[in-house]
Amino acid sequence: MYLFKYILKRIVLMLFTFLVIITMCFIFIKLLPNIPAEQFGKDMALILQRRELLGYNLPIMQQYARFWKYAFQGYFGTSEVLYLGQDVWSVFVQKLPFTVAVNVYSILFSIPLGLVLGIVAALKKNTWIDHLISTSVMIVVSVPSFIYAFLVQYILYFKLGWSSATMNATQGAFSWVGFTSMIPAVLSMSFGTIAGFARYTRAELTEVLTSEFMLLARTKGLTKGQATVRHAMRNAMVPIFPMILGEFISIMSGSLIIEQMFSIPGVGKLYVSSIQATPPDYNFFMLLSGFYTLIGLVAGIVIDISYSIIDPRIRMGAK
Amino acid sequence: MEEKDLMNISKDKFELANRTDMHDQKFDTKAVGYFGDAWNRFKKNKSSVVAAYIILILVLYSIIGPYFCNKNYQNSYAKDNIIMRYQYLLPKLSFMEGTGIWDGTQVLDISQNRYYRLLAAQQETGNQVIVKVIKEYIKDDIFRGQQKMYKVRIDSYANLSSFNVTLTAPQYEQIQKWQDENGLQVILPRTDVAVAGGDNNIWYLCDQKGNPELDAEGNFIPAYFTVGEDDYHSLRLASDPYNSGDRQTYWRYAQKTGSASTGYNYSCRVNAYNYFIYRYGFEPSFIFGTDTNGYDIFSRLATGARFSFILAILVSAVNLTIGAIYGAIEGYYGGATDIIMERISDILSGIPFMVVTVLFQLHLSGKVGTIPSLIYAFVLTGWIGMASRVRMQFYRFKNQEYVLAARTLGASDWSIMFKHIFPNSLGTIITGSVLVIPGVIFEETSLTYLGIINLDSPTMSSVGSMLSNGQSVMSSYPHVMLFPALFIALLEISFNLFGNGLRDAFNPSLRGSEE
Repeated sequence: MYLFKYILKRIVLMLFTFLVIITMCFIFIKLLPNIPAEQFGKDMALILQRRELLGYNLPIMQQYARFWKYAFQGYFGTSEVLYLGQDVWSVFVQKLPFTVAVNVYSILFSIPLGLVLGIVAALKKNTWIDHLISTSVMIVVSVPSFIYAFLVQYILYFKLGWSSATMNATQGAFSWVGFTSMIPAVLSMSFGTIAGFARYTRAELTEVLTSEFMLLARTKGLTKGQATVRHAMRNAMVPIFPMILGEFISIMSGSLIIEQMFSIPGVGKLYVSSIQATPPDYNFFMLLSGFYTLIGLVAGIVIDISYSIIDPRIRMGAK
Repeated sequence: MEEKDLMNISKDKFELANRTDMHDQKFDTKAVGYFGDAWNRFKKNKSSVVAAYIILILVLYSIIGPYFCNKNYQNSYAKDNIIMRYQYLLPKLSFMEGTGIWDGTQVLDISQNRYYRLLAAQQETGNQVIVKVIKEYIKDDIFRGQQKMYKVRIDSYANLSSFNVTLTAPQYEQIQKWQDENGLQVILPRTDVAVAGGDNNIWYLCDQKGNPELDAEGNFIPAYFTVGEDDYHSLRLASDPYNSGDRQTYWRYAQKTGSASTGYNYSCRVNAYNYFIYRYGFEPSFIFGTDTNGYDIFSRLATGARFSFILAILVSAVNLTIGAIYGAIEGYYGGATDIIMERISDILSGIPFMVVTVLFQLHLSGKVGTIPSLIYAFVLTGWIGMASRVRMQFYRFKNQEYVLAARTLGASDWSIMFKHIFPNSLGTIITGSVLVIPGVIFEETSLTYLGIINLDSPTMSSVGSMLSNGQSVMSSYPHVMLFPALFIALLEISFNLFGNGLRDAFNPSLRGSEE
């Protein structure tokens, strides 16, 4: 009952926060001068007429009400610059699989590797293996991901010629061609995740391994392996599992820089191009800002709630 | 029972139980304060000390680096398109000359045609372009059959070759005077483009593809423009027929245009290397090489780094102030104040940073400029972390006895907050504000890399835009990207190490914990 109330409270608060952010975003975007770019072959009168029909000339609060009305029907506006005349939601849905693909591959590759490295480092604490892992993890965690992206691109493409420089998106996100041409991007995204998980796992596991119930387990006759797997790992997983969950939710948000660098036609690239377009494509910007906000908020509460579900001792928000 | 007057006991009835001094022994050592203690712990952490030195070096570099480049050269960024001629020069340290590493040379596989061109350039300018021929080999080409190839080490500075410039009469005179004084040949004879394969760098007889026609001894046959009015009276190439007294076929050094009334213009072909010396007063040699625009990477990176540091420190200081005050009020008053203020910071922290930055850029950059609106974006949500840290500390300390004592003595809320509780959380706050710096620099680099914020101009640069410029020429000129990337990597690593060291020093109980 307590948990149910807590979850309900969190969700209501999240929705409130989301609403406030969306409202502010909407108003700030609508306050910007939105003058269509004059271009040869464009009929200005027609553009203005279209805008009139789309309700651009209504007062902002009326437009806001309209925004929500249509949002519930799945319509978030029409692209004006990037994909002229197309529904932004349908473009967004086309882009999403690419972002999800690159993130899924990266997670499937990096989480197991990160956990294994962390476990090895914790079990071999204070040996050269641990020092090697810890030092490289420290370096990898600090260096920004685009530096690896440069490195991966330079070595795999320019020096060895093993992979393509950018993604081949012609056959869709989950095709074999898509996968092989995505490898450099996946690798560059993975380094940070691997290092993060390795560091966290090592810290948690070392703490559990030195606790007293481990000694008890050993005195009762469990082998070191049994004690580690059955007692230490389970306890160490308590803070790690929510991290994995958060990682899976943020699959959809992806990385702006990596998508830009490897020309992955995903959501991140769409976001950056909607900002860089002149004038910015405000409908895309609005939709994607809302999307990123929602992902961030949902990931936050899922992590918090999963803590309390996994480990009943943790009561988040308890007084 | 006799009633005692307990209120008025005379003094002489009291007796000291022990008259000897009961003081503790005086410390032989000096007392160690809070910061002294932290400093002692910090010193023991070798890697953090090394990181601190690296940070110091990087900061020094960002302070003095921009002045390291020749002033004449730097000043010409904005107004001089000649600078483009000096693009992609490789990194060179003068004392590394001849080692093959960091000496402005690079190993290339070139065709025979190109090889001859380099040989010819070498012969004409007198600079050693081909440092070393590593090997000659035959390559099977699908389209052209067997091709003779050369693997050579080329000096990128000597390989600058020549280009055309149009000079006014006084400038032309000035160069000639300078040539006479310094003995360096700047102006080269004009080439006959029609004869020499349409390329004004080819000064020898060749066929349409640029393959040279050699004479019986295997030398190039010059194909310069001959005779004509060029008003030239300075140094001439050694092989110029003028030197042997042949007044009929000597080479022409300029194309004279205009008339006496409007003043003459001279179109000349100049030796890029020597023209550089004439123009900027030093021999071309760049520690980190030059980029796509011909800008010196060393001083430009330092300019970008300086901007990053100033931005990060400014943002960190502002966030510290706002966060400390906000967190202190939240933590100290608690209750409803705390709940409302927490809600506000919750909402603010829910906005993705990119959205904040873009909205600020779109709204404000026209009014207050790009950099201030970037700072506003950093400040809007940046203080939240600091506020929650300070809040935690205040919750920890506010119910302790010394605070109660202060309040009993009549201290105001404000003075309790900032005189009594705040100093206790100083360690956490210092650590926090140091750890903010690499984060801000990383964000700034990402934004400038993506081009969402553009700070690039001839006088200003940012690490991110240098990276994105370098990325486009990564295959042939990796050095353009290497140095900015190295800088940012080194900076992030050392700041993280330094920050962790500080945290351990101020907060020994957290040692080894990863957060």
